[in-house]
Amino acid sequence: MIYYLKYDVQAICKRLVQEQLQNLGINYSLLNTNELDINQALPNDFLHALNSNLVKLGIEIVSSQKSILVQKIKDAIMELVNQEDKLILSKTSHYLAKILNHSYRYLSGTFSEITYTTIENYIILQKIEKAKDMIAAGELTFTEIAWKLNYSSVAHLSMQFKNTTGFTPTLFKKIITQKKNNLILDTVNK
Amino acid sequence: MIKNEIIRILLADDDKDDRTDFIEAFETLKIATTVETVKNGIELMKYLNEPSTIIPHLLFLDLNMPKKSGLECLVEIKKIKKLKNLTVVIYSTSSSEKDIDDTFLNGANVYLKKPAHLIVLKKTLLHILTIDWQYHTSGLNRENYLLHL
Repeated sequence: MIYYLKYDVQAICKRLVQEQLQNLGINYSLLNTNELDINQALPNDFLHALNSNLVKLGIEIVSSQKSILVQKIKDAIMELVNQEDKLILSKTSHYLAKILNHSYRYLSGTFSEITYTTIENYIILQKIEKAKDMIAAGELTFTEIAWKLNYSSVAHLSMQFKNTTGFTPTLFKKIITQKKNNLILDTVNK
Repeated sequence: MIKNEIIRILLADDDKDDRTDFIEAFETLKIATTVETVKNGIELMKYLNEPSTIIPHLLFLDLNMPKKSGLECLVEIKKIKKLKNLTVVIYSTSSSEKDIDDTFLNGANVYLKKPAHLIVLKKTLLHILTIDWQYHTSGLNRENYLLHL
């Protein structure tokens, strides 16, 4: 006599994962979207062991290596933008490729896939963010800001600033200052 | 473990054709989005204040709406704590300097003049989405988030 088996694959997989985690005594939550939230810090080899056990059952932990790499690229860029030493855009590709140990092509591709923007655009965005912070702080002249961020001139800074935000640095400063003044007035009037 | 999140967009515009064009512009973009629309300021505030509503990432707000204007909505929105990380894009046919200044002073992040052509709209929307996504994922300072297109 042949019987037909119906598999509830979701339930089976969930059960298997639960058993593994319970055996290892791990505190976790299993979300319905195939996501596993582990409520404690797991040492790397522990995670590997868990993954190997699961793989034998046909289940795999996908840790997004790409997202991790993108974060490393962003961190490296922040370091570059924040150091006042010469930041030359043309050398950035070599720098990133060297410290992250991947071809620049691979880094670019992964970065764009995850962030929807390019490494070059992201660098400009971060530089302009710094410029905005300095303008809002109101302590430096535009010339000093341009120099600190390694622009060849105020004109160059203004051009990139305008291309990125649609504002000239002067107009941006005016709006930010007015917003701050309004805030002070609001607080005083309370 | 983390897929790229779907970007949630809300448009408040009383013009039916503008709403249709807007939705169409998003359909062909490479970035994954969901688009909702409301017809006026009252519907907008009701939607945003509804506890079950998932707050969108971006709100495109027409200035000239009957019953409750875009500017009135903007002022209200900026007072609501749970809408703190909502990016407000003023989407208007106006290019009056006063309108532009007013909207930024009242807390809008982006001022976008409605383009005449769909192709330009698509290109601009992609640009805004890309920049906005950096604000959602890279810890940039929202106090300085001003963009004039």
